[in-house]
Amino acid sequence: MVRQVKQAFFPVALVLFAALGPFILEPFDLVNLSAFSAMAIAALGLAFVWGTLGILNLGHCTFFGLGAYAYAIAVSNLGDSTLAALIGIALAVAFSLVLGYFLFFSRLGDVYLGVITLCVTLIFYSFMTSTADPSFHIGPVPLGGFNGITAVPSLNMPGDPQAFLSTEATFSICLLSLAGAYVLLSLLRSSDAGRIMTAIRESELRSELLGYDIRFYKLVGFAVSAAMAGLGGALYTAVMGYVSPNVFDLSQASQFVLWVIAGGLGAFVGPVVASFGFQLLSSQLGANQVFNTELIFGATIILFVMLAPQGLQPMLLGLSSLKFPHRFGILRRKEKPA
Amino acid sequence: MDNLVILCFAVINSIALLALISLGLAVIFGMMRVINFAHGEFIMLGGYATVIANHCGLNLWLSMLVVAPMFVALIGAVAERLIVRRLYGHLVTTMLATWGLSLFLIGAVTAIFGNTTMGVSAPLGNIPIGAYSIGAYQLFLIGITALLVVSALLALHWTKYGLIARAAMQNSEMAATLGINCDRVYAATFIIGAAISGLAGALLAPISGVLPHMGAAYVARAFVTVISGGGALITGFLSAATILGPVEALLSYFATPVLGQASLLLLAVIILRLFPTGVSSLWIGGR
Repeated sequence: MVRQVKQAFFPVALVLFAALGPFILEPFDLVNLSAFSAMAIAALGLAFVWGTLGILNLGHCTFFGLGAYAYAIAVSNLGDSTLAALIGIALAVAFSLVLGYFLFFSRLGDVYLGVITLCVTLIFYSFMTSTADPSFHIGPVPLGGFNGITAVPSLNMPGDPQAFLSTEATFSICLLSLAGAYVLLSLLRSSDAGRIMTAIRESELRSELLGYDIRFYKLVGFAVSAAMAGLGGALYTAVMGYVSPNVFDLSQASQFVLWVIAGGLGAFVGPVVASFGFQLLSSQLGANQVFNTELIFGATIILFVMLAPQGLQPMLLGLSSLKFPHRFGILRRKEKPA
Repeated sequence: MDNLVILCFAVINSIALLALISLGLAVIFGMMRVINFAHGEFIMLGGYATVIANHCGLNLWLSMLVVAPMFVALIGAVAERLIVRRLYGHLVTTMLATWGLSLFLIGAVTAIFGNTTMGVSAPLGNIPIGAYSIGAYQLFLIGITALLVVSALLALHWTKYGLIARAAMQNSEMAATLGINCDRVYAATFIIGAAISGLAGALLAPISGVLPHMGAAYVARAFVTVISGGGALITGFLSAATILGPVEALLSYFATPVLGQASLLLLAVIILRLFPTGVSSLWIGGR
C-alpha cells in the first residue's frame, strides 16, 4: 500500500502542477515548460526502451523528429491538430516497426544497434537539410530544407480547427500527457509483459530458453518507445510552431541519452527530472552565450559515465539507504566486465 | 568513353574515401573491440591541425603528413589514458564515454575557432580526360589510401608488433601469461588508430575544408563500413568498402548524394540482416 502511494506521488504532483501552473506562472514560462514536458515525454520513451528492455537506441530522436515533421505537415494540410498528433505517433510507430524488424530479427548486439540507430538519424538529418528546393512539398507545405517548416498551427479543439487553444490549456495538455505517459509506462513495466522485458534485459539467453520470443518483445517495446517519442515530437512542434532538421542532429540525439543516463537507467522519475533540469540549464546557457552547450553536455556525459554510471536517482536512493561511513563506496562501479 | 572513365574514377574514389575514413576506426574496433564515437572528431582535429599549421607558414605536405597525425595521436594518448583505459571490457560504457568526448571536442573547437569553415587549396592541379578533368590530388588520395591499407596489412601479419597485437586481440589472458603487457598494446593500438584518423582528416582538409561539425559527415559512413565488415580486421572493412563504395558512387552520380548515402545505409542494414557479424564471417566464421 505504501509503495503504491509512493508511486502515485509523481503523476499526482504533475497533474496538480498542470491544474495550478496557469494561475501562478507567466505565459513565457508556460510555453517553455510545455516544450520541456514534450521533450520529457520522448525521454520517457527512451528511459523505457533502454532501462527496462536494455535496447541502447542512440537514434531515439529519429522518432521524435518523425512525429514532429508528421504533425507539422498533417496539421497544415488537415487543420485538425488531434488527428495530426495521432498521425505523428502512427508514423513513428510504423517506422520503428520496419527498422526494428531489421535490427531485432538479425539479433544485432548492443553496440551494433546503437551505431545503426544513430546512423539512421544522421541520414534523416542530411535528407531533410537537402529539401530546400520548392519541389519537395507535401500538399501546400514545403519541407523547407535547413529552415524547416515554419508557422505550424498550434493545438486546437478536436473537430474545430478554428478554435485554437490558449497557452494555459496547451500547458495543461502537455503536462497531463507527460503524467499519462508516465502512468502508462509504469503500468506496462509492472505488467506480465513488462516483467518479461525486464528478464530480457537481465539475460537474453535465459529468457529465450524459457520459451519467450525475445525478438517479438523487443519489437513491441521499441514501438512503444517510438510512440512516446512521436507524441513528444508532435506536442513540441505544436508548442514551438516550427520544426527544422535539427531535430535529427547529433546534439538532439545526445540530449535524450544524456537525460536518461543522468536520471538513472531503469528509472522513470529521474530522467523526467533530469530532462527538465538540463533543458533549464541549456536555455540559461543559450541565453548567456558564455559557454558552448556542446562542451558542457559532452563533459557532463563523460563525468556521469565515469563517476555515477547508475545515474542520479538510483545513486541517491542507494546513498540514502546506506549507513554514513559506506556512502562513498557507491561511487565505485559494480558492473561486471562483459 | 570519357564518361565511362570518369564513372570508374568516381567508383574507385568512393571506395578509397570509405577505406580512408574507416581505417583508423577499423584498427581500434578490430583490435580492442572499442567503439570510438569520437572518431569523426579525430578526423576533424586532423583537418584543423593541417589548416592551422599551413596558415602558420608550414609547408602543406609537412603539415598534412607529419603535424596532423602527431597532434591527433597526442590527443588520442590523452583520451586513452583518462577515459578509455578505465573502461576496458565495458563496451556500452566506453561507447557512451567516447560520445561525450566527441561532443566535448566539437564544443571546444567551436569555442576556439568559431563555427566557420576554414580551408587550404588543393595542390597538384588537374589532369584532363577528354572533355572532363580530374583532380590530381584525388589520384594522390587513392594512392596513399592503398599504401596505408597495404602497410597496415603487412604490419599486422609480417612484423613482431603485428604478431603481439593479434595475440593480445585473440586471447589477452594467454598473451599476458606469455609476458606481453596488454595494456601497453591496447594503448599503442588506440594511439595508432587515432593517428591514422588524424591523417585521414588532414588528407581530406584540402577537398572538403574544415568545420567543427565535419566529423558527423564521415562518422556514419565509417561506422557502417567497419561494422558491416565484421571480425576480420583489414580484409573485413576493405570488402565492405568495396561493396558499399560503388553503390554510393553510382547513386550519387545518377541521382543525388543524399540518396547515395541513404542507399549505403540501407545496404549495410540488409548486409547485417544476412550476416549479423559482418561480411567477413563468410571466411573467418562468426566471431
